[in-house]
Amino acid sequence: MSEGTAVAGVAPEQRVNWLPRLRAVFMRSEALRGYTLLSPTLIVMAFSMCVPLAIMVVMSFWTQHAFEFDTTFSLANYQEAIDSPVYEALLIRSLVISGTCALATVLISYPMAYYVAFHVHRRKLLWIILMTLPFWTSYLLRVFAWKVILGYNGAINSGLKSLGLIDQPLEFLLYSPTAIVITLAHAWAAFAILPIYVSLEKIDRSLLEAAADLGDGPVTRFLRVTLPLSLPGVIVAMLLIFIPTVGDYVTPALVGGPDGIMIANMIQAHFGKVNNWPMGAALAVSMMITVTVVALVYMWVTRKATERIA
Amino acid sequence: MKDAAYIERPNRSLRIYAFLYLAFLYIPVLFLPLFSFNDSLFITFPLKGFTTNWYGQMLTNEPMHAALMNSIKVGATSAAIATILGIFGAKAVTRFRIPGQKPVVFLIMLPLVIPGILLGVALLILLSRLGVPLSLYTVTLGHILITVPFAMAILIARFEGFDKSMEEAAADLGDNAWWTFWRVTFPMVFPGVLASLLLCFTISFDEFIMAFFLAGTDPTLPIYIYGQLRFPQKLPSVLALGACILVISFFVVFFSQWIRRRGTEEVSGTGF
Repeated sequence: MSEGTAVAGVAPEQRVNWLPRLRAVFMRSEALRGYTLLSPTLIVMAFSMCVPLAIMVVMSFWTQHAFEFDTTFSLANYQEAIDSPVYEALLIRSLVISGTCALATVLISYPMAYYVAFHVHRRKLLWIILMTLPFWTSYLLRVFAWKVILGYNGAINSGLKSLGLIDQPLEFLLYSPTAIVITLAHAWAAFAILPIYVSLEKIDRSLLEAAADLGDGPVTRFLRVTLPLSLPGVIVAMLLIFIPTVGDYVTPALVGGPDGIMIANMIQAHFGKVNNWPMGAALAVSMMITVTVVALVYMWVTRKATERIA
Repeated sequence: MKDAAYIERPNRSLRIYAFLYLAFLYIPVLFLPLFSFNDSLFITFPLKGFTTNWYGQMLTNEPMHAALMNSIKVGATSAAIATILGIFGAKAVTRFRIPGQKPVVFLIMLPLVIPGILLGVALLILLSRLGVPLSLYTVTLGHILITVPFAMAILIARFEGFDKSMEEAAADLGDNAWWTFWRVTFPMVFPGVLASLLLCFTISFDEFIMAFFLAGTDPTLPIYIYGQLRFPQKLPSVLALGACILVISFFVVFFSQWIRRRGTEEVSGTGF
Protein backbone atom coordinates (compact mmCIF):
# COMPACT_ATOMS: atom_id res chain seq x y z
CA MET A 1 0.00 0.00 0.00
CA SER A 2 2.66 2.45 1.07
CA GLU A 3 4.85 1.24 -1.76
CA GLY A 4 2.03 1.94 -4.16
CA THR A 5 1.66 5.55 -3.08
CA ALA A 6 5.40 6.00 -3.23
CA VAL A 7 5.47 4.87 -6.84
CA ALA A 8 2.50 7.03 -7.64
CA GLY A 9 4.30 9.97 -6.08
CA VAL A 10 7.38 9.46 -8.23
CA ALA A 11 5.65 8.59 -11.43
CA PRO A 12 4.69 12.06 -12.73
CA GLU A 13 8.20 13.31 -12.16
CA GLN A 14 9.58 10.35 -14.08
CA ARG A 15 7.17 10.87 -16.90
CA VAL A 16 8.25 14.46 -17.25
CA ASN A 17 11.84 13.26 -17.66
CA TRP A 18 10.88 10.43 -19.87
CA LEU A 19 8.96 12.13 -22.61
CA PRO A 20 11.59 14.61 -23.82
CA ARG A 21 14.21 11.91 -23.61
CA LEU A 22 12.08 9.62 -25.74
CA ARG A 23 11.56 12.51 -28.11
CA ALA A 24 15.29 13.20 -28.21
CA VAL A 25 16.06 9.57 -28.99
CA PHE A 26 13.39 9.62 -31.64
CA MET A 27 14.68 12.79 -33.28
CA ARG A 28 18.26 11.63 -33.15
CA SER A 29 17.60 8.22 -34.64
CA GLU A 30 17.23 8.60 -38.37
CA ALA A 31 16.19 5.00 -38.70
CA LEU A 32 13.32 5.39 -36.27
CA ARG A 33 12.01 8.54 -37.94
CA GLY A 34 12.40 6.98 -41.35
CA TYR A 35 10.46 3.91 -40.35
CA THR A 36 7.74 5.98 -38.66
CA LEU A 37 7.28 7.86 -41.91
CA LEU A 38 7.34 4.62 -43.84
CA SER A 39 5.00 2.75 -41.51
CA PRO A 40 1.62 3.63 -43.11
CA THR A 41 2.84 2.43 -46.49
CA LEU A 42 4.39 -0.70 -45.03
CA ILE A 43 1.28 -1.53 -42.99
CA VAL A 44 -0.98 -1.19 -46.03
CA MET A 45 1.35 -3.30 -48.15
CA ALA A 46 1.66 -5.94 -45.43
CA PHE A 47 -2.07 -6.10 -44.83
CA SER A 48 -3.09 -6.19 -48.49
CA MET A 49 -0.26 -8.33 -49.88
CA CYS A 50 1.78 -10.33 -47.36
CA VAL A 51 -1.08 -11.46 -45.13
CA PRO A 52 -3.36 -12.45 -48.03
CA LEU A 53 -0.61 -14.41 -49.77
CA ALA A 54 0.19 -16.21 -46.51
CA ILE A 55 -3.47 -17.10 -45.98
CA MET A 56 -3.68 -18.32 -49.56
CA VAL A 57 -0.79 -20.69 -48.87
CA VAL A 58 -2.56 -21.93 -45.72
CA MET A 59 -5.82 -22.44 -47.60
CA SER A 60 -4.10 -24.49 -50.27
CA PHE A 61 -3.65 -27.19 -47.62
CA TRP A 62 -7.37 -27.32 -46.87
CA THR A 63 -10.00 -29.27 -48.76
CA GLN A 64 -13.45 -28.41 -50.01
CA HIS A 65 -16.47 -30.43 -48.88
CA ALA A 66 -19.62 -29.28 -50.63
CA PHE A 67 -19.92 -25.71 -49.33
CA GLU A 68 -17.65 -26.12 -46.32
CA PHE A 69 -13.89 -25.95 -45.97
CA ASP A 70 -12.21 -28.83 -44.16
CA THR A 71 -9.41 -27.02 -42.38
CA THR A 72 -7.35 -30.07 -41.43
CA PHE A 73 -3.92 -30.04 -43.05
CA SER A 74 -3.86 -32.07 -46.24
CA LEU A 75 -1.73 -32.36 -49.33
CA ALA A 76 -4.68 -33.63 -51.37
CA ASN A 77 -4.85 -30.54 -53.61
CA TYR A 78 -1.19 -30.72 -54.50
CA GLN A 79 -1.51 -34.47 -55.03
CA GLU A 80 -4.35 -33.81 -57.44
CA ALA A 81 -2.42 -31.03 -59.17
CA ILE A 82 0.51 -33.39 -59.74
CA ASP A 83 -1.58 -36.44 -60.68
CA SER A 84 -3.88 -34.73 -63.14
CA PRO A 85 -2.16 -34.14 -66.48
CA VAL A 86 -4.43 -31.16 -67.21
CA TYR A 87 -2.92 -28.79 -64.68
CA GLU A 88 0.63 -29.64 -65.64
CA ALA A 89 -0.14 -29.17 -69.33
CA LEU A 90 -1.81 -25.82 -68.65
CA LEU A 91 1.07 -24.61 -66.53
CA ILE A 92 3.62 -25.60 -69.17
CA ARG A 93 1.54 -24.02 -71.90
CA SER A 94 1.29 -20.78 -69.90
CA LEU A 95 5.05 -20.72 -69.42
CA VAL A 96 5.66 -21.39 -73.13
CA ILE A 97 3.17 -18.76 -74.30
CA SER A 98 4.48 -16.12 -71.87
CA GLY A 99 8.09 -16.96 -72.67
CA THR A 100 7.42 -16.72 -76.42
CA CYS A 101 5.57 -13.49 -75.88
CA ALA A 102 8.38 -11.98 -73.79
CA LEU A 103 10.96 -12.98 -76.41
CA ALA A 104 8.86 -11.73 -79.33
CA THR A 105 8.10 -8.41 -77.63
CA VAL A 106 11.76 -7.81 -76.84
CA LEU A 107 12.85 -8.72 -80.37
CA ILE A 108 10.40 -6.38 -82.09
CA SER A 109 10.92 -3.59 -79.57
CA TYR A 110 14.73 -3.58 -79.59
CA PRO A 111 15.14 -1.86 -82.99
CA MET A 112 12.55 0.70 -81.99
CA ALA A 113 14.31 1.52 -78.72
CA TYR A 114 17.60 1.60 -80.64
CA TYR A 115 16.17 4.03 -83.14
CA VAL A 116 14.96 6.45 -80.47
CA ALA A 117 18.16 6.16 -78.42
CA PHE A 118 20.61 6.68 -81.31
CA HIS A 119 18.79 8.29 -84.21
CA VAL A 120 16.25 10.63 -82.67
CA HIS A 121 17.94 13.82 -81.62
CA ARG A 122 15.11 16.27 -81.30
CA ARG A 123 11.78 15.65 -79.56
CA LYS A 124 12.93 12.47 -77.82
CA LEU A 125 10.33 13.09 -75.16
CA LEU A 126 7.58 13.09 -77.74
CA TRP A 127 8.77 9.74 -79.12
CA ILE A 128 8.93 8.20 -75.68
CA ILE A 129 5.44 9.34 -74.85
CA LEU A 130 4.17 8.13 -78.23
CA MET A 131 5.62 4.68 -77.61
CA THR A 132 4.16 4.32 -74.14
CA LEU A 133 0.81 6.01 -74.65
CA PRO A 134 -1.20 2.96 -75.80
CA PHE A 135 -0.03 1.15 -72.67
CA TRP A 136 -2.10 3.48 -70.56
CA THR A 137 -5.36 2.95 -72.41
CA SER A 138 -7.77 0.29 -71.27
CA TYR A 139 -6.18 -3.16 -71.34
CA LEU A 140 -9.56 -4.81 -71.81
CA LEU A 141 -10.35 -2.62 -74.81
CA ARG A 142 -6.98 -3.30 -76.41
CA VAL A 143 -7.47 -7.04 -76.08
CA PHE A 144 -10.96 -6.59 -77.43
CA ALA A 145 -9.59 -4.60 -80.36
CA TRP A 146 -7.45 -7.61 -81.32
CA LYS A 147 -10.49 -9.85 -81.12
CA VAL A 148 -12.16 -7.45 -83.55
CA ILE A 149 -9.14 -7.53 -85.85
CA LEU A 150 -8.33 -11.24 -85.81
CA GLY A 151 -11.89 -12.57 -85.61
CA TYR A 152 -13.57 -14.96 -88.04
CA ASN A 153 -15.46 -12.01 -89.48
CA GLY A 154 -12.94 -9.60 -88.11
CA ALA A 155 -11.13 -6.71 -89.71
CA ILE A 156 -8.35 -8.74 -91.36
CA ASN A 157 -10.61 -11.47 -92.70
CA SER A 158 -13.42 -9.22 -93.87
CA GLY A 159 -10.90 -6.75 -95.24
CA LEU A 160 -9.08 -9.39 -97.27
CA LYS A 161 -12.40 -10.82 -98.41
CA SER A 162 -13.74 -7.48 -99.62
CA LEU A 163 -10.48 -6.96 -101.48
CA GLY A 164 -11.06 -10.34 -103.12
CA LEU A 165 -7.80 -11.83 -101.88
CA ILE A 166 -9.41 -14.73 -100.01
CA ASP A 167 -12.72 -16.62 -100.32
CA GLN A 168 -12.84 -18.24 -96.92
CA PRO A 169 -11.89 -16.50 -93.67
CA LEU A 170 -8.49 -17.49 -92.32
CA GLU A 171 -9.36 -19.49 -89.25
CA PHE A 172 -5.97 -19.69 -87.64
CA LEU A 173 -6.01 -16.01 -86.75
CA LEU A 174 -8.34 -16.02 -83.78
CA TYR A 175 -8.62 -18.57 -80.98
CA SER A 176 -5.06 -19.82 -81.03
CA PRO A 177 -1.91 -19.43 -78.95
CA THR A 178 -0.56 -17.26 -81.80
CA ALA A 179 -3.41 -14.81 -81.25
CA ILE A 180 -2.51 -14.66 -77.55
CA VAL A 181 1.15 -13.98 -78.32
CA ILE A 182 0.30 -11.18 -80.79
CA THR A 183 -2.18 -9.58 -78.41
CA LEU A 184 0.13 -9.77 -75.41
CA ALA A 185 3.12 -8.51 -77.41
CA HIS A 186 1.05 -5.48 -78.31
CA ALA A 187 -0.25 -5.00 -74.78
CA TRP A 188 3.13 -5.21 -73.05
CA ALA A 189 5.27 -3.36 -75.61
CA ALA A 190 5.94 -0.46 -73.23
CA PHE A 191 7.51 -2.83 -70.71
CA ALA A 192 10.08 -3.84 -73.33
CA ILE A 193 10.73 -0.45 -74.90
CA LEU A 194 11.47 1.56 -71.77
CA PRO A 195 14.08 -0.64 -70.04
CA ILE A 196 15.88 -1.30 -73.34
CA TYR A 197 15.79 2.37 -74.24
CA VAL A 198 17.21 3.37 -70.85
CA SER A 199 20.10 0.91 -71.10
CA LEU A 200 20.88 1.99 -74.68
CA GLU A 201 20.76 5.66 -73.73
CA LYS A 202 23.26 5.05 -70.93
CA ILE A 203 25.93 3.70 -73.29
CA ASP A 204 28.92 6.03 -73.48
CA ARG A 205 29.07 7.16 -77.10
CA SER A 206 32.85 7.45 -76.98
CA LEU A 207 33.06 3.66 -76.69
CA LEU A 208 31.46 3.43 -80.12
CA GLU A 209 33.89 5.99 -81.50
CA ALA A 210 36.78 4.04 -80.02
CA ALA A 211 35.52 0.88 -81.66
CA ALA A 212 35.17 2.73 -84.96
CA ASP A 213 38.68 4.18 -84.67
CA LEU A 214 40.05 0.73 -84.05
CA GLY A 215 38.54 -0.41 -87.31
CA ASP A 216 35.27 -2.10 -86.32
CA GLY A 217 32.51 -1.89 -88.90
CA PRO A 218 28.92 -1.05 -87.92
CA VAL A 219 27.91 -4.69 -87.43
CA THR A 220 30.90 -5.68 -85.30
CA ARG A 221 30.48 -2.46 -83.35
CA PHE A 222 26.88 -3.32 -82.61
CA LEU A 223 27.66 -6.91 -81.65
CA ARG A 224 30.71 -6.13 -79.54
CA VAL A 225 29.76 -2.83 -77.90
CA THR A 226 26.11 -1.86 -78.14
CA LEU A 227 24.42 -5.23 -77.71
CA PRO A 228 26.42 -6.43 -74.67
CA LEU A 229 26.02 -3.08 -72.94
CA SER A 230 22.28 -3.04 -73.50
CA LEU A 231 21.76 -6.58 -72.21
CA PRO A 232 20.71 -5.50 -68.69
CA GLY A 233 17.71 -3.70 -70.20
CA VAL A 234 16.84 -6.68 -72.36
CA ILE A 235 17.06 -9.04 -69.38
CA VAL A 236 14.82 -6.85 -67.21
CA ALA A 237 12.32 -6.40 -70.05
CA MET A 238 11.97 -10.16 -70.55
CA LEU A 239 11.23 -10.63 -66.86
CA LEU A 240 8.82 -7.68 -66.64
CA ILE A 241 6.76 -9.16 -69.46
CA PHE A 242 7.05 -12.83 -68.59
CA ILE A 243 5.86 -12.60 -64.98
CA PRO A 244 2.55 -10.78 -65.38
CA THR A 245 1.58 -12.52 -68.61
CA VAL A 246 1.79 -15.98 -67.01
CA GLY A 247 -1.08 -14.90 -64.79
CA ASP A 248 -3.25 -13.32 -67.46
CA TYR A 249 -6.67 -14.84 -67.98
CA VAL A 250 -8.44 -12.10 -69.93
CA THR A 251 -6.44 -12.45 -73.14
CA PRO A 252 -6.72 -16.25 -73.27
CA ALA A 253 -10.44 -16.01 -72.55
CA LEU A 254 -11.07 -13.43 -75.26
CA VAL A 255 -8.72 -14.46 -78.08
CA GLY A 256 -7.26 -17.82 -77.01
CA GLY A 257 -10.10 -20.23 -77.73
CA PRO A 258 -10.07 -23.77 -76.32
CA ASP A 259 -6.42 -24.38 -77.26
CA GLY A 260 -5.38 -21.17 -75.59
CA ILE A 261 -6.67 -21.75 -72.05
CA MET A 262 -3.94 -20.93 -69.57
CA ILE A 263 -3.38 -21.81 -65.92
CA ALA A 264 -4.88 -18.51 -64.73
CA ASN A 265 -8.19 -19.39 -66.43
CA MET A 266 -8.20 -22.59 -64.38
CA ILE A 267 -7.48 -20.68 -61.16
CA GLN A 268 -10.25 -18.22 -61.96
CA ALA A 269 -12.67 -21.09 -62.63
CA HIS A 270 -11.91 -22.66 -59.24
CA PHE A 271 -12.83 -19.42 -57.51
CA GLY A 272 -15.93 -19.10 -59.69
CA LYS A 273 -17.91 -21.82 -61.44
CA VAL A 274 -16.06 -24.83 -60.01
CA ASN A 275 -16.21 -23.30 -56.52
CA ASN A 276 -13.28 -25.17 -55.03
CA TRP A 277 -11.25 -22.43 -53.40
CA PRO A 278 -8.62 -24.63 -51.72
CA MET A 279 -7.83 -26.29 -55.05
CA GLY A 280 -7.69 -22.84 -56.69
CA ALA A 281 -5.36 -21.66 -53.94
CA ALA A 282 -3.13 -24.72 -54.47
CA LEU A 283 -2.98 -23.97 -58.21
CA ALA A 284 -2.21 -20.32 -57.48
CA VAL A 285 0.59 -21.30 -55.09
CA SER A 286 1.97 -23.77 -57.64
CA MET A 287 1.96 -21.02 -60.25
CA MET A 288 3.63 -18.59 -57.87
CA ILE A 289 6.38 -21.11 -57.04
CA THR A 290 6.92 -22.05 -60.69
CA VAL A 291 7.14 -18.43 -61.81
CA THR A 292 9.54 -17.59 -58.97
CA VAL A 293 11.77 -20.57 -59.73
CA VAL A 294 11.81 -19.79 -63.46
CA ALA A 295 12.59 -16.13 -62.73
CA LEU A 296 15.42 -17.02 -60.31
CA VAL A 297 16.97 -19.55 -62.68
CA TYR A 298 16.67 -17.02 -65.49
CA MET A 299 18.37 -14.32 -63.43
CA TRP A 300 21.15 -16.70 -62.38
CA VAL A 301 21.78 -17.86 -65.96
CA THR A 302 21.73 -14.36 -67.39
CA ARG A 303 24.08 -13.10 -64.68
CA LYS A 304 26.55 -15.90 -65.45
CA ALA A 305 26.25 -15.19 -69.16
CA THR A 306 26.78 -11.43 -68.84
CA GLU A 307 29.74 -12.02 -66.52
CA ARG A 308 31.32 -14.16 -69.17
CA ILE A 309 30.81 -11.51 -71.85
CA ALA A 310 32.17 -8.72 -69.66
CA MET B 1 27.51 14.53 -80.04
CA LYS B 2 28.77 16.21 -83.20
CA ASP B 3 31.89 14.08 -83.33
CA ALA B 4 29.79 10.98 -83.02
CA ALA B 5 27.66 12.02 -85.98
CA TYR B 6 29.33 9.60 -88.33
CA ILE B 7 28.30 6.76 -86.02
CA GLU B 8 24.76 8.02 -85.77
CA ARG B 9 24.17 8.85 -89.38
CA PRO B 10 20.54 8.50 -90.43
CA ASN B 11 19.42 4.96 -91.00
CA ARG B 12 16.51 4.83 -93.41
CA SER B 13 15.43 1.24 -92.85
CA LEU B 14 15.45 1.70 -89.08
CA ARG B 15 13.31 4.79 -89.52
CA ILE B 16 10.80 2.88 -91.62
CA TYR B 17 10.78 0.15 -89.00
CA ALA B 18 10.06 2.74 -86.30
CA PHE B 19 7.01 3.98 -88.16
CA LEU B 20 5.78 0.44 -88.79
CA TYR B 21 6.16 -0.24 -85.09
CA LEU B 22 4.11 2.82 -84.20
CA ALA B 23 1.49 1.61 -86.68
CA PHE B 24 1.46 -1.77 -84.91
CA LEU B 25 0.93 0.03 -81.62
CA TYR B 26 -1.76 2.43 -82.76
CA ILE B 27 -3.78 0.83 -85.55
CA PRO B 28 -5.44 -1.86 -83.40
CA VAL B 29 -6.47 0.77 -80.90
CA LEU B 30 -7.85 3.03 -83.63
CA PHE B 31 -10.20 0.30 -84.84
CA LEU B 32 -12.44 1.02 -81.87
CA PRO B 33 -13.27 4.64 -82.80
CA LEU B 34 -13.47 3.65 -86.49
CA PHE B 35 -16.17 1.02 -85.97
CA SER B 36 -17.97 3.11 -83.35
CA PHE B 37 -19.12 5.35 -86.23
CA ASN B 38 -20.01 2.42 -88.49
CA ASP B 39 -23.71 1.97 -89.20
CA SER B 40 -23.84 -1.78 -88.58
CA LEU B 41 -24.21 -4.15 -85.64
CA PHE B 42 -21.37 -6.26 -86.96
CA ILE B 43 -17.78 -5.26 -86.76
CA THR B 44 -16.70 -6.16 -90.29
CA PHE B 45 -15.42 -4.52 -93.44
CA PRO B 46 -16.59 -2.99 -95.70
CA LEU B 47 -17.84 -0.08 -93.60
CA LYS B 48 -21.59 0.49 -94.00
CA GLY B 49 -22.02 4.20 -93.44
CA PHE B 50 -21.60 6.93 -90.90
CA THR B 51 -23.75 7.05 -87.78
CA THR B 52 -23.66 8.55 -84.32
CA ASN B 53 -26.44 6.23 -83.11
CA TRP B 54 -24.12 4.23 -80.90
CA TYR B 55 -23.06 7.37 -79.09
CA GLY B 56 -26.71 8.22 -78.54
CA GLN B 57 -27.31 4.76 -77.09
CA MET B 58 -24.31 5.20 -74.87
CA LEU B 59 -25.67 8.45 -73.47
CA THR B 60 -28.95 6.86 -72.39
CA ASN B 61 -27.44 3.71 -70.93
CA GLU B 62 -28.08 3.99 -67.18
CA PRO B 63 -26.14 0.90 -65.97
CA MET B 64 -23.15 2.10 -67.95
CA HIS B 65 -23.27 5.49 -66.25
CA ALA B 66 -23.50 3.84 -62.83
CA ALA B 67 -20.45 1.70 -63.66
CA LEU B 68 -18.59 4.77 -64.92
CA MET B 69 -19.32 6.62 -61.67
CA ASN B 70 -18.15 3.61 -59.65
CA SER B 71 -14.89 3.51 -61.57
CA ILE B 72 -14.34 7.23 -61.07
CA LYS B 73 -14.96 6.90 -57.31
CA VAL B 74 -12.66 3.90 -56.96
CA GLY B 75 -10.00 5.51 -59.17
CA ALA B 76 -10.02 8.85 -57.36
CA THR B 77 -9.93 7.27 -53.90
CA SER B 78 -7.18 4.78 -54.66
CA ALA B 79 -5.13 7.41 -56.53
CA ALA B 80 -5.36 9.80 -53.58
CA ILE B 81 -4.47 7.18 -50.96
CA ALA B 82 -1.72 5.58 -53.05
CA THR B 83 -0.16 8.98 -53.71
CA ILE B 84 -0.22 9.93 -50.00
CA LEU B 85 1.37 6.58 -49.11
CA GLY B 86 3.83 7.17 -51.95
CA ILE B 87 4.80 10.59 -50.56
CA PHE B 88 5.43 9.13 -47.08
CA GLY B 89 7.37 6.21 -48.51
CA ALA B 90 9.39 8.23 -51.00
CA LYS B 91 10.34 10.84 -48.41
CA ALA B 92 11.33 8.13 -45.95
CA VAL B 93 13.62 6.28 -48.36
CA THR B 94 15.19 9.37 -49.93
CA ARG B 95 15.64 11.58 -46.85
CA PHE B 96 16.57 9.09 -44.13
CA ARG B 97 19.34 6.56 -43.98
CA ILE B 98 17.38 3.60 -42.76
CA PRO B 99 18.72 0.11 -42.27
CA GLY B 100 17.19 -2.48 -44.56
CA GLN B 101 16.16 0.13 -47.09
CA LYS B 102 16.68 -2.15 -50.09
CA PRO B 103 14.44 -4.97 -48.84
CA VAL B 104 11.78 -2.43 -47.83
CA VAL B 105 11.72 -0.80 -51.26
CA PHE B 106 11.73 -4.26 -52.83
CA LEU B 107 8.70 -5.22 -50.74
CA ILE B 108 6.79 -2.10 -51.76
CA MET B 109 7.66 -2.64 -55.44
CA LEU B 110 6.76 -6.33 -55.28
CA PRO B 111 3.19 -6.03 -56.64
CA LEU B 112 4.74 -4.97 -59.97
CA VAL B 113 6.15 -8.45 -60.45
CA ILE B 114 3.39 -10.57 -58.96
CA PRO B 115 0.74 -11.63 -61.46
CA GLY B 116 -2.47 -9.72 -60.74
CA ILE B 117 -4.55 -12.85 -60.44
CA LEU B 118 -2.51 -14.01 -57.42
CA LEU B 119 -2.99 -10.70 -55.60
CA GLY B 120 -6.70 -10.67 -56.45
CA VAL B 121 -7.34 -14.24 -55.35
CA ALA B 122 -5.27 -13.86 -52.17
CA LEU B 123 -7.12 -10.69 -51.16
CA LEU B 124 -10.43 -12.38 -51.93
CA ILE B 125 -9.55 -15.24 -49.58
CA LEU B 126 -8.48 -12.88 -46.79
CA LEU B 127 -11.60 -10.73 -47.10
CA SER B 128 -13.92 -13.71 -47.12
CA ARG B 129 -12.19 -15.20 -44.06
CA LEU B 130 -12.58 -11.87 -42.27
CA GLY B 131 -16.21 -11.77 -43.31
CA VAL B 132 -15.82 -8.47 -45.18
CA PRO B 133 -18.49 -8.24 -47.88
CA LEU B 134 -17.21 -7.47 -51.38
CA SER B 135 -17.90 -3.92 -52.47
CA LEU B 136 -16.29 -0.94 -54.14
CA TYR B 137 -14.21 -0.55 -50.95
CA THR B 138 -12.57 -3.92 -51.45
CA VAL B 139 -11.82 -3.06 -55.08
CA THR B 140 -10.27 0.20 -53.86
CA LEU B 141 -8.05 -1.71 -51.41
CA GLY B 142 -6.83 -3.96 -54.22
CA HIS B 143 -6.16 -0.97 -56.44
CA ILE B 144 -4.22 0.85 -53.73
CA LEU B 145 -1.99 -2.22 -53.48
CA ILE B 146 -1.10 -2.17 -57.17
CA THR B 147 -0.84 1.61 -57.59
CA VAL B 148 1.47 2.30 -54.61
CA PRO B 149 4.55 0.94 -56.48
CA PHE B 150 3.87 3.31 -59.38
CA ALA B 151 3.35 6.26 -57.04
CA MET B 152 6.57 5.37 -55.19
CA ALA B 153 8.59 5.06 -58.39
CA ILE B 154 7.43 8.44 -59.66
CA LEU B 155 7.84 10.22 -56.32
CA ILE B 156 11.23 8.71 -55.44
CA ALA B 157 12.55 10.05 -58.75
CA ARG B 158 11.09 13.45 -57.92
CA PHE B 159 12.44 13.54 -54.34
CA GLU B 160 15.88 12.53 -55.59
CA GLY B 161 15.67 15.22 -58.25
CA PHE B 162 15.87 18.22 -55.92
CA ASP B 163 18.45 19.38 -53.48
CA LYS B 164 18.06 18.26 -49.90
CA SER B 165 19.81 21.43 -48.74
CA MET B 166 16.69 23.45 -49.64
CA GLU B 167 14.79 21.64 -46.92
CA GLU B 168 17.70 22.01 -44.53
CA ALA B 169 17.83 25.74 -45.22
CA ALA B 170 14.13 26.09 -44.42
CA ALA B 171 14.62 24.13 -41.22
CA ASP B 172 17.64 26.26 -40.25
CA LEU B 173 15.62 29.40 -40.83
CA GLY B 174 13.17 28.22 -38.23
CA ASP B 175 10.45 26.38 -40.08
CA ASN B 176 9.29 23.29 -38.26
CA ALA B 177 9.02 19.97 -40.08
CA TRP B 178 5.39 20.55 -41.01
CA TRP B 179 6.00 24.02 -42.53
CA THR B 180 9.17 22.86 -44.24
CA PHE B 181 7.12 20.19 -45.91
CA TRP B 182 4.33 22.52 -47.04
CA ARG B 183 6.44 25.47 -48.07
CA VAL B 184 9.48 23.76 -49.60
CA THR B 185 9.10 20.05 -50.17
CA PHE B 186 5.56 19.95 -51.43
CA PRO B 187 5.88 22.68 -54.10
CA MET B 188 9.05 20.98 -55.35
CA VAL B 189 7.51 17.54 -55.63
CA PHE B 190 4.14 18.84 -56.78
CA PRO B 191 4.58 17.84 -60.46
CA GLY B 192 5.41 14.33 -59.26
CA VAL B 193 2.34 14.30 -57.04
CA LEU B 194 0.12 15.39 -59.91
CA ALA B 195 1.64 12.82 -62.27
CA SER B 196 1.24 10.12 -59.64
CA LEU B 197 -2.42 11.02 -59.05
CA LEU B 198 -3.19 10.93 -62.77
CA LEU B 199 -1.34 7.70 -63.50
CA CYS B 200 -2.71 5.88 -60.44
CA PHE B 201 -6.19 6.97 -61.43
CA THR B 202 -5.65 5.68 -64.97
CA ILE B 203 -4.34 2.34 -63.73
CA SER B 204 -7.24 1.87 -61.35
CA PHE B 205 -9.76 3.04 -63.93
CA ASP B 206 -8.58 0.35 -66.38
CA GLU B 207 -7.89 -2.43 -63.94
CA PHE B 208 -9.89 -5.57 -64.56
CA ILE B 209 -8.04 -8.64 -63.30
CA MET B 210 -8.24 -7.81 -59.58
CA ALA B 211 -11.54 -5.95 -59.72
CA PHE B 212 -13.14 -9.08 -61.20
CA PHE B 213 -12.46 -10.95 -57.95
CA LEU B 214 -12.96 -8.09 -55.51
CA ALA B 215 -16.09 -6.34 -56.80
CA GLY B 216 -19.44 -7.09 -55.24
CA THR B 217 -22.72 -6.37 -56.99
CA ASP B 218 -21.59 -2.87 -58.02
CA PRO B 219 -19.48 -3.27 -61.17
CA THR B 220 -16.64 -1.00 -62.14
CA LEU B 221 -16.53 0.06 -65.79
CA PRO B 222 -14.12 -2.67 -67.04
CA ILE B 223 -16.28 -5.33 -65.35
CA TYR B 224 -19.37 -3.86 -66.95
CA ILE B 225 -17.67 -3.82 -70.36
CA TYR B 226 -16.49 -7.41 -69.94
CA GLY B 227 -20.06 -8.42 -69.22
CA GLN B 228 -21.26 -6.70 -72.40
CA LEU B 229 -18.69 -8.28 -74.70
CA ARG B 230 -20.72 -11.44 -75.19
CA PHE B 231 -23.85 -9.65 -76.42
CA PRO B 232 -23.35 -8.73 -80.10
CA GLN B 233 -26.13 -6.11 -80.07
CA LYS B 234 -24.44 -4.28 -77.18
CA LEU B 235 -21.03 -4.20 -78.85
CA PRO B 236 -21.34 -0.98 -80.89
CA SER B 237 -22.22 1.14 -77.86
CA VAL B 238 -19.31 -0.47 -75.99
CA LEU B 239 -17.14 0.59 -78.93
CA ALA B 240 -18.47 4.13 -78.64
CA LEU B 241 -17.69 4.16 -74.93
CA GLY B 242 -14.26 2.66 -75.62
CA ALA B 243 -13.53 5.38 -78.16
CA CYS B 244 -14.44 8.08 -75.63
CA ILE B 245 -12.28 6.47 -72.94
CA LEU B 246 -9.40 6.20 -75.41
CA VAL B 247 -9.53 9.86 -76.34
CA ILE B 248 -9.82 11.04 -72.73
CA SER B 249 -7.09 8.77 -71.39
CA PHE B 250 -4.78 9.74 -74.27
CA PHE B 251 -5.07 13.36 -73.20
CA VAL B 252 -4.77 12.67 -69.48
CA VAL B 253 -1.73 10.44 -69.89
CA PHE B 254 -0.04 12.69 -72.40
CA PHE B 255 -0.52 15.59 -70.03
CA SER B 256 0.72 13.71 -66.96
CA GLN B 257 3.77 12.28 -68.75
CA TRP B 258 4.56 15.73 -70.01
CA ILE B 259 4.49 17.25 -66.52
CA ARG B 260 6.50 14.43 -65.07
CA ARG B 261 9.22 14.25 -67.68
CA ARG B 262 9.56 17.95 -68.25
CA GLY B 263 12.51 19.14 -66.24
CA THR B 264 13.78 15.69 -65.42
CA GLU B 265 16.24 14.97 -68.21
CA GLU B 266 16.74 11.37 -67.25
CA VAL B 267 14.05 8.88 -68.10
CA SER B 268 14.05 6.51 -65.18
CA GLY B 269 13.70 2.86 -65.93
CA THR B 270 11.17 2.01 -63.28
CA GLY B 271 9.20 5.20 -63.47
CA PHE B 272 6.58 4.62 -66.08
